[in-house]
Amino acid sequence: MTLARLTGVAALALLALLPFAASDYMLHIAIQILIWGFIYTAWSMMGRFGLTSFGHGAFLGVGAYVPALLWNFCGLTPWLGIPAGAALAVALALVIGYPSFRLRVVGHYFALVTLALSQVVLLSLVAARDLTGGSLGMTLKTVGHSWYALQFAQKSYFYEIAFVVWLGGLAVWRWIDRGIARTALDAISEDETAAAASGIDVTREKLRVTVVSAGLTALGGSLLTQYIQYVNPETVSGVAVSLQIVFAAIAGGMHVLLGPTVGALFTIVLNEALRIVFGIHFIGAANTIYGILLILFIIFMPRGIVGLAEEVFARTVRRPRAALDAPATRV
Amino acid sequence: MDIFLLDAAVDGVLLGGVLALLALGLNLIFGVIDVVWIAYAELVMCGMYAIYWLFTFFHWPLLLACVVAILGVALLGVLVHLLIIEPVLGSPPINQLLATGGLLFFLQSLATLLFGTDFRNLGLRLPLLEWGDFSVSFARLLAFAAALVGAGALYLFLTRSFLGTAIRAIAQDREIMGLMGVSQRRIYLTTSAIGGGLAGFASCLLVLQYDVHPFIGNSFGPITFMICVLGGLGNMIGGFIAAFVMSQIISIGGYYFSIEFSYVLAFLLFIVMIFVRPQGILGR
Repeated sequence: MTLARLTGVAALALLALLPFAASDYMLHIAIQILIWGFIYTAWSMMGRFGLTSFGHGAFLGVGAYVPALLWNFCGLTPWLGIPAGAALAVALALVIGYPSFRLRVVGHYFALVTLALSQVVLLSLVAARDLTGGSLGMTLKTVGHSWYALQFAQKSYFYEIAFVVWLGGLAVWRWIDRGIARTALDAISEDETAAAASGIDVTREKLRVTVVSAGLTALGGSLLTQYIQYVNPETVSGVAVSLQIVFAAIAGGMHVLLGPTVGALFTIVLNEALRIVFGIHFIGAANTIYGILLILFIIFMPRGIVGLAEEVFARTVRRPRAALDAPATRV
Repeated sequence: MDIFLLDAAVDGVLLGGVLALLALGLNLIFGVIDVVWIAYAELVMCGMYAIYWLFTFFHWPLLLACVVAILGVALLGVLVHLLIIEPVLGSPPINQLLATGGLLFFLQSLATLLFGTDFRNLGLRLPLLEWGDFSVSFARLLAFAAALVGAGALYLFLTRSFLGTAIRAIAQDREIMGLMGVSQRRIYLTTSAIGGGLAGFASCLLVLQYDVHPFIGNSFGPITFMICVLGGLGNMIGGFIAAFVMSQIISIGGYYFSIEFSYVLAFLLFIVMIFVRPQGILGR
């Protein structure tokens, strides 16, 4: 156990020091993996309990646009804008979540309600084109290197911020995983009626995890905008990005801590690699292969990459050893 | 009465016809196989591209191109069932939703790869029918009429033919139908073919009015699901009515506000309706 922990700490230290070794391009990829990994982790907090939201694009969009609008039009620092965006996303999650959970909108229906929500946010952003620039998107007013505006010329700053936020996301995931709420949510996802009958406040438990997930997703959206300094309704809201979130989290494995991050790593690296292989002549080739892989994933390994790896590991390494250990501990 | 408002209302009715046809196909598949094809609108996109290429590139007659497109998309429907749905029939419903979601990605990207992101149209100009100030696009009127005929034909098939009766029966009770000597697999495949065929039929009607591009499915795919749910998933008459309700909201809303805002209204109505009447407008 201590060996495993030491390796973990060493790996984290190496990751934190990455900006000193990597090129700008590598750093750019790494930042994207961290931010999207954080967003996918936030989604999987709900997803793993059967709350399959197709509407995280809504929270992401709110998180991406609110701080940007406040900064561009009111000059409000993102340090206040980002919490404002997260608060709005949480409010949205409550407005949709409370009636959904109260009235037992589950499965397909919950997916479709959240899908509608993400379309509402997308279309509202496009419709408010006087403010948001519509489908053309919006550029942040740049001020150069500034902590106040959270804008940095060097990628290393962003890398460290994204790294800390990502770690925070993992910590929250772990906190939920270890908490009593996890048992309750597991019970709910198994059988809602039985859970309610055994004294679990179904609505409250679901709402809590939804609120956390929505708030964190919004934070991820804000970081994306701050980093790229440009935001476009299609890339942060609507059906496409919502599905992207669901798929990457599932491809990585939503039931394990690092699964969603591996999902981000896998999808982003795959995309980059395919883009390099096919160049710009075959636009769409990368996503075509991605689409096929998604279908194969759902059919053949619904527990995702990390889920599958863990299963194989458990079958080949852990179980025989555990069987050997058991008599020894009894003595 | 305001002539433009009347225009918007008539447009709404005409749009409703095509949406109703789409909702019908999706509803049939949901009702019988109990699977939501989230890539349904992408099948329509395939049909539109097929007609476009056969017509402008190979100079086939339009009618023949349409027939080929309908058969082609029907075949595609069968393939979707065989390759994607069958392996996940036993998995949780959400996995089935996701598997067809992967298909959505695949078809959109494949279309981008093959045809680029250009907007393409047949270059046909169908005449406007005019009565004084009031005018109706012939293409839309044709689409509306054809959609009604298609829906009627499907209704007759489902209620009057043996196969149609078997399809309706299997939607009601999967186990018993097997005992009655009806092969579930064959019914599923037939249903997928009909669902695909309806998507192909819708693509013939849409290609006359809209430009085709790889992401056209995004513009009417989500609204089709909302219509199905609003009518009660699996309830065809409900879906038919809901299509006209939604299309009226979209076109009248578009008249008073902006087109995006009218869609926002439609989606909000959907969310509220799920909370108030989850069984659909005609559900019991």
